[in-house]
Amino acid sequence: MNILTATILLPLLGTLVLAVTPKGNSQLAKIIALISSVVTTAVSVLMALRYHSSQSGFQFVESHSWFKAFNINYAVGIDGLALVLILLTTVLVPVVIVGGWNESENGRWSVKTFYMLILALETSMIAVFAATDVFLFYVIFEAMLIPVYFLIGGFGRGERAAAALKFLLYSLFGGLLMLAAVIGIFIISSKQGTGTFDVTALSHMKISHSTQNWLFLGFFIAFAIKAPLFPFHTWLPGAAASATPGTSILVLGVLDKVGTYGMIRFCLVLFPQATKTFAPYIIVLSLISIIYGAFLAIGQKNLNSLIAFTSISHFGFIVLGIFSLTTQGISGATLYMVNHGVSTAALFLAGGWMIARRQSTQVDDFGGLQRVTPVMAWCFFIAGLSALALPGLSSFVSEFLVLLGTFTRYPLAAIIGTLGIVLAALYVLILVQRALHGPVKSGNEGLSDLNVREKIAIAPVIAALVFLGFYPKPALTVINPMTSTVMAQASVTDPTPLAGK
Amino acid sequence: MFNTPIIDYNLLAPILIVLGGALLGVLVEAFIGKTYRARIQITIAMITVVIAFAWVIKIHKALSPVAAVASVSIDGMGLVLQGTVLALAFVALMFIAQDNHFAPVAAALPGSEEEAEATVSGTQMTEVYPLVLFAISGMMLFPIAHDLITLFVGLEVLSLPLYIITGLARRRRILSQEAALKYFLLGAYSSAFFVFGGAFLYGYSGSLSLATIRQTTITPGSNHIFLFIGMIFVTVGLLFKVGAVPFHAWTPDVYQGAPTAITGFMAACTKVAAFGALLRIYFVGFSGVANDWKPILTTIAIITMVGGSIAAIAQKDVKRTLAYSSITHAGFLLVGIVALNRAGLTAMLFYLVAYGFATLGAFGVVTLVQDSSGEVSDLNRWAGLAKKSPWVATAFSLFLLSFGGIPLTAGFIAKFSIFTAAYASGNIGIVVVGVISSAIALFFYLRVVLTLFFKEPTAESATVAVPSLMMKIGIGIAFAITLVLGVYPNLLFNLVQSLSNLLV
Repeated sequence: MNILTATILLPLLGTLVLAVTPKGNSQLAKIIALISSVVTTAVSVLMALRYHSSQSGFQFVESHSWFKAFNINYAVGIDGLALVLILLTTVLVPVVIVGGWNESENGRWSVKTFYMLILALETSMIAVFAATDVFLFYVIFEAMLIPVYFLIGGFGRGERAAAALKFLLYSLFGGLLMLAAVIGIFIISSKQGTGTFDVTALSHMKISHSTQNWLFLGFFIAFAIKAPLFPFHTWLPGAAASATPGTSILVLGVLDKVGTYGMIRFCLVLFPQATKTFAPYIIVLSLISIIYGAFLAIGQKNLNSLIAFTSISHFGFIVLGIFSLTTQGISGATLYMVNHGVSTAALFLAGGWMIARRQSTQVDDFGGLQRVTPVMAWCFFIAGLSALALPGLSSFVSEFLVLLGTFTRYPLAAIIGTLGIVLAALYVLILVQRALHGPVKSGNEGLSDLNVREKIAIAPVIAALVFLGFYPKPALTVINPMTSTVMAQASVTDPTPLAGK
Repeated sequence: MFNTPIIDYNLLAPILIVLGGALLGVLVEAFIGKTYRARIQITIAMITVVIAFAWVIKIHKALSPVAAVASVSIDGMGLVLQGTVLALAFVALMFIAQDNHFAPVAAALPGSEEEAEATVSGTQMTEVYPLVLFAISGMMLFPIAHDLITLFVGLEVLSLPLYIITGLARRRRILSQEAALKYFLLGAYSSAFFVFGGAFLYGYSGSLSLATIRQTTITPGSNHIFLFIGMIFVTVGLLFKVGAVPFHAWTPDVYQGAPTAITGFMAACTKVAAFGALLRIYFVGFSGVANDWKPILTTIAIITMVGGSIAAIAQKDVKRTLAYSSITHAGFLLVGIVALNRAGLTAMLFYLVAYGFATLGAFGVVTLVQDSSGEVSDLNRWAGLAKKSPWVATAFSLFLLSFGGIPLTAGFIAKFSIFTAAYASGNIGIVVVGVISSAIALFFYLRVVLTLFFKEPTAESATVAVPSLMMKIGIGIAFAITLVLGVYPNLLFNLVQSLSNLLV
């Protein structure tokens, strides 16, 4: 068992410990969950320190036979893409636990159950990024939905049961299409030699163009639902409106990244020709997502749904970067995944505290918070600025890289994409103005500012926003070799700059 | 000339043991007083099943085309299916052994004084146990039968006892008797179809043996019209038994009307036996003309998968929902037959185990959900069941997730392997339809999970009866198998794969 497997299993161990702790003691359950997630963070950071960013290919590789008849293995390993996303996961989970210390108390089931689900989810999120066996990836991709289903349905608000069901059905439907493609790729590999699910072995395979197209679609639709990309996004607002802030952070911040992660890891690498065929259409979809998500966000009155719609817009940028098929685009998109995770976490944390204090999700019920609760208002403001990609905050770097990469291949798309930045400023600043500034609305006078626990929770998030905004190099050092590998596997090269001719 | 018939009693022993147990049960019925009868019958039935199962394991590597004058073939597939039937029957008997399923006196009119008297005196229908054993022996004969007469005998021996037991429900007796009549009439029709088709096949090939029929199909110059007529009628007869669309109409009514423990037994074991027979007929008898029947069975598989899952969405009764779910699964299993390769055979054998145990477990849970007047199968009244009985709700949800093919359950591995086999045979269209109907089917499985976990219990809500030890063990076995085979499928899959051979 290497350090990667240890990182995967640690939260699961926490789940098992929680399973045997007595039901009544909710404080103990929280502490166990916190300890287990912090230990996981520590181990994952240790792993990151031992990671050789100059090497290409997977590191910390481990493989055991799991299901012999189909040559399926428990095979894990990480490259730069997986590493940054795993770190994002392991950092955000303790933040979620500390930040939403009390959000588990009004659920349908015990506090203990909540944290068992959260930790089970963490294990599956780490494992899904670490899996290098397509079948293993698929199994976790599907299985991880179950904890989310119960987190939304059991601990959410409002129409939580319906939202949970919708989320699950959408994801499972996509997953089943992917299953057909997973089976297809296995059959093709067994016709060309030994049947395998190993992603590296599969990437060397020759597949006819028309078959690639079908298999690509099987994978892509599943990932587009997850991402969520227009027109597959309709499950998201309901889920975000019903989930607790912590669940929303994990779903939007990490879980949905599995979609964009999968596009790079599987769509680009396994089906290079199909990728080139479909790229222009996907660019169009991503542009629609950027603009449409932004417009919906501008018109939205429910704070949670608003944040969800901004995410649709941001996911549009990520997909745009990936399918620009340029070094800057893919690196930028990968960095964007991390940044979006962090800034969404900040938004949902601060937003969640606002909602919990005001007992309302309507933007119009807030107002003048800057005067009553300055620290909370500042946190929300900074998170908002990060969402609109203000220079100096992390999202700026990634958005810039994405647009730069896109411009070299699709100048028009980049120009339209830039419009998204303008709209982002609009929805963030309108929101800030309505919720934070102006006269103090009645009902807001007595609101309390952030307590120490909440400050501790949001501090690392804000720090990460600023740090990665000024100094994105550590992340990019890890990401760039992965990008070159992917570009080579997808057999694409950057277009020659026009000005250089 | 007269040749001594060759009969290998060693290889036939499992069936003979079960028949012997059944006959012993009949004697007990005649000579033992009612005080001890029930207990003795249960013990005999379970011991019989265990011994037969042990015997199947003992001979599991046997391969013999001539065990009973070439009318049965003992091969890997047949023995795996016999073992599956016995294992499933063992769990089913645990559920059947609860004393509250059956009418005290089946002959008494519903609501009559005679019935009330019998209820008060504590009379029990212990005939159920020998009947179940007879049905099991038929189910064991069916998948190894190698000629059409033996197939027919197997079919009848398994069906007749089930017709009777279906009508024995203790509560809602009229519904139960109606179900029994329906089942009997449609079963009789399907038998008639089968025999009619068999006659044509005899006319075509001059033999009832599947091997000879196969020989004739690949001999040039034979008149294929008779073959096709015979094939179609035999197929219709068997598709009735597995409940494939459009021959499925009896399934929901019978599943709903029959005593729930029996429904579980029927749904699991009959399907194993009937698919065994279908497998042998198509893989052996008709394999020479595969291109002629594949389009037909593909169509039936598709409409069964899609039709079953769409019809299930509208159901409000748990037992009917499970009935439609079993129809959908018949469609998935047909995919394995259409694949017509060894991978398909292996996948089907695994699928039948996975499906069988989940089905048994699910119906086992249904027997537990009750109100003061007996079982409650109205889905709305299951609302919030998880609140009071989290374990029962969890078990039921696991079975449903396995039906839906969610990863880490046995149902997923089963579905994956059957689709892989179909894909390998080049039939990609059926795989796509399969995954789409899986998605539709998931809708109603998840709706039930939602009702159990996310709805508040109402005053109308049913409660879970305290399960007896036997029930706990039975549901526990089904739960464990569904989970373990999903997480570590090697355990069974490798065995099944090594035994998936078929005598031609």
